[in-house]
Amino acid sequence: MERVVDPLAVRTPSALRSQSETIGFLIMVAALVIAPFVTYPLFLMQAMCFALFACAFNLLIGYVGLLSFGHALYFGWASYLSAYAAKAWGLTPELAILTGTATAAVCGLVAGSLAIRRQGIYFSMITLALAQMMYFFALQAKFTGGEDGIQAVPRGHLFGLIDLKNDMVMYVVVLAIFLAGFGFIHRIIHSPFGEVLKAIRENESRAISLGYKTDRYKLMAFVLSATLAGVAGATKAIVLQLASLTDVNWPMSGEVVLMTLVGGLGTIFGPVVGAFIILVMQFKLAPIGEWVLVIQGVIFVACVLLFRRGIIGEIANKLRIRL
Amino acid sequence: MRKTLGLAALAAVLACGGASAQQVNVKIGVLSDMSSLYADIGGPGSVAAAKLAIADFTKDNPNVKVELISGDHQNKPDIGSQIANQWYDVDKVDLIIDTPNSGVALAVSQVANQKNKIFIVSGAAASDITGPKCNANTIHWTYDTWMLANGTGTAIVKTGGDSWFFLTADYAFGHALERDTMAAVEKAGGKVVGKVRHPLNTNDFSSFLLQAQSSKAKVIGLANAGGDTINSIKQAAEFGIVKGGQSLAGLLVFASDVAALGLPTAQGLVLTETWYWDMNDANRAWTKRWQQERQGKWPTMIHAGVYAGITHYLKAAVALKGNVSDGKAVVAQMKSMPTDDPLFGKGTIRPDGRKVHPAYLLEVKKPSDSKYPGDFYNVRATIPADEAFRPLKEGNCPLVSG
Amino acid sequence: MFEIFGIPSQALFGQLLIGLINGSFYALLSLGLAVIFGMLNIINFSHGAQYMMGAFAAYLILQYSGLGYWPALIIAPVLVGITGIIIERLFLQWLYKLDHLYGLLLTFGLALILEGVARNYFGSAGLPYTVPESLQGGRNLGFMFLPNYRAWVIAASLGVCIGTWFVIERTRLGAYLRAATENPTLVRAFGINVPRMITLTYGFGVALAAFAGVMAAPIYNVSPQMGSELIIVVFAVVVIGGMGSILGAIITGFGLGVVEGLTKVFFPEASNTVIFVIMAIVLLVRPAGLFGRRA
Repeated sequence: MERVVDPLAVRTPSALRSQSETIGFLIMVAALVIAPFVTYPLFLMQAMCFALFACAFNLLIGYVGLLSFGHALYFGWASYLSAYAAKAWGLTPELAILTGTATAAVCGLVAGSLAIRRQGIYFSMITLALAQMMYFFALQAKFTGGEDGIQAVPRGHLFGLIDLKNDMVMYVVVLAIFLAGFGFIHRIIHSPFGEVLKAIRENESRAISLGYKTDRYKLMAFVLSATLAGVAGATKAIVLQLASLTDVNWPMSGEVVLMTLVGGLGTIFGPVVGAFIILVMQFKLAPIGEWVLVIQGVIFVACVLLFRRGIIGEIANKLRIRL
Repeated sequence: MRKTLGLAALAAVLACGGASAQQVNVKIGVLSDMSSLYADIGGPGSVAAAKLAIADFTKDNPNVKVELISGDHQNKPDIGSQIANQWYDVDKVDLIIDTPNSGVALAVSQVANQKNKIFIVSGAAASDITGPKCNANTIHWTYDTWMLANGTGTAIVKTGGDSWFFLTADYAFGHALERDTMAAVEKAGGKVVGKVRHPLNTNDFSSFLLQAQSSKAKVIGLANAGGDTINSIKQAAEFGIVKGGQSLAGLLVFASDVAALGLPTAQGLVLTETWYWDMNDANRAWTKRWQQERQGKWPTMIHAGVYAGITHYLKAAVALKGNVSDGKAVVAQMKSMPTDDPLFGKGTIRPDGRKVHPAYLLEVKKPSDSKYPGDFYNVRATIPADEAFRPLKEGNCPLVSG
Repeated sequence: MFEIFGIPSQALFGQLLIGLINGSFYALLSLGLAVIFGMLNIINFSHGAQYMMGAFAAYLILQYSGLGYWPALIIAPVLVGITGIIIERLFLQWLYKLDHLYGLLLTFGLALILEGVARNYFGSAGLPYTVPESLQGGRNLGFMFLPNYRAWVIAASLGVCIGTWFVIERTRLGAYLRAATENPTLVRAFGINVPRMITLTYGFGVALAAFAGVMAAPIYNVSPQMGSELIIVVFAVVVIGGMGSILGAIITGFGLGVVEGLTKVFFPEASNTVIFVIMAIVLLVRPAGLFGRRA
């Protein structure tokens, strides 16, 4: 059975690996530094949040082989808690984001310990079930504001000093958060811990026979993925100054799958590219709004049938490098 | 965003008469749900209404030049907020109008306030927009939850429906609708004999309808919206609720929903709207023109609100001689001028941003009484403007002193 | 007349009956899903959209040919089943050798396309479709008023479910199908055209979804999103019943309908969530589902 991730990546010599990745990283940073002077910064910030979300999701599917269908849970609830912390408790933005992230981590721990017990499609269905339950809870809970969501979240003063109302100042902060998250994921993947994860993805029974407690590794990866998704959600709440039901609903989980698929499962830059593409599509196609759903569907179908490796994956494959 | 029209004025070349009128340039954005749940009650129909408003106004005022764009918020507050930010900041839009979906409307209202631009809500229902969440940059046209609850509740009790059972969608909007209607019913002398809450987006209402039936209440109030309402009504017909002598009160129903249900299923449904296409000749004439762009569809009160709102805004823009960059000043101007347009007639905008006009209690006709396509309603009662909306003092709007 | 937990027995029996009726929809839909997964190993995420197509086909058949409910019950499933066959030949057949994930993603994408196209052409409010004359009205059973149409729904669903189970488990054709799933190469060696059987099976599963759609058209709102609202719940049903088990899908469908019905009486706000709670519990306790064969 063909594996989800291209095994070619494993065979690339490590010197070449880091070279291509470094170049890619520099290009990405350069693009993100120049971009706000060319495009609308608010849109870029939102895109970066989603890119981080997709990277976090990709950690689970691309490197551990676990497809989580309910990742919106962590993104959305972090967003709610961050918004609530900033608005109702008056916390400064970095504390609000930390609150949101902590929430996501706790949710990830609970959900992960339940879901890890099963494999394959059953794992996915449990994540979906848990996400749906938390969606209905969000719908009912008073503090989430239900259909209206939490609105008018203040941007606040970072560390009590720097006013974040200015979009460019906020942009620098978001860029820092994104690069930190991205770097953290990169560290995870290229660490001994990451190698064990890949080993579990390739052949779990063999990893067990080698003495690794695979359940603990999987749970750890799950919690890390959820936490990083939480960082993305919490930041997004401050940037856009609102948190709503769309963030916890299952189409959001579907969207992050789409972003990662389009960009390239199991590549490090894939989710970032995928997120930007999907968001650009949503905005540019908004005038022909009626066709957005259809086009998203066509992209799904095309990616599955023809571009299984995603954009970055295809590029990496053609150039025989690791991205 | 798609630039649907650049309507050029035959402007400043007029040599006739000394004081040529001041050139007024504005840009308007219709932000609506173009592709999902509310596309029929707002959506492309709102854009069509906007085009008519602009065409009519610039015909009489050739010195006014209006650029129109539109966008799809896809019912997501994130996207709505993002588009509003971009429109106000980058695309130099002066006025955003429509936004069905209260969550999006509240978000855009914040953005308008922050950037000191103008926002006219035609599509959304939350009465909070002119209540605790009011601000000096937002005007709420067409309708709101208080008016719906009060209009339908009071008017039905007055016509004999004095015992009520509520079927409520279990989320903030449903609760608010239920609470407001209950208050109106009890104030008018009716009583509430029971209620049941159903989850949002329920498919099957049979168990809830069964409970409603056994309560023997004269009126079953549907405190829900969209697909939930349509399903409740369809299944109520199946269970013979209306035939059995109980009547259904739809607390949030639009003409497009009635078209979707069909008269055999919806007959007897009682609802409140502030505008109906078939009420007078002016409305009918306007509807014919609107249908040239939207064949086979019927305009809702939201579309009418977009038309009227833009018309009044343009009048204010002319009165201010084209100085529209200060949103608060323009809104203040709009509040100071009484409104008058072919669709809603004469009315006013209150200090809290609430546009007031009469409301109408409507009943869906029996199929045998319907003479032509679109002949949906009998007008059962008219609620005068000063009774239709929540009293100014009760709203807790920070702009209203005392 | 006695009371159970404060609810009069009459009301309770009424709700139980309604639960059974809803259960028959769940059973019909999950039957199609179980057949497709059991035979093809494909998780058909477009099942909800195909259910919607069935309802729309019934509406269109009425609009364009004047044929009403009864002919539509046969014609619509056949038409939609044919589109299913086309989908299988064009898209699905390339995915059998791959991970489950891809079949899921592909059918998910197809569902988006179908829903988007329907929305563009028909709007999202919904289309009118009424209960056929012969089934209108109802009878008073003493403890509740039962619309005739709902009685028909139970009868038809039971009939189709039992018929399908019989064909798959007790006839030779069914035996070939089951054998082909376990060992396609060997079955082909016997001269049986396995790819064609697979194609027809997918078409049949899709036709089942469309059949449920036609049955739903008179009582549920015929709108483009009618399928996506239902599909998650139906997946939960199939997972609880056991993903490859036909009998499991049928029994769980009816059972969950009853459970949901009872929840609506005692704790209505939770009636949406109860199925997911049960699913999570079942998956943790019995991962293969109540009747399933694979883990």
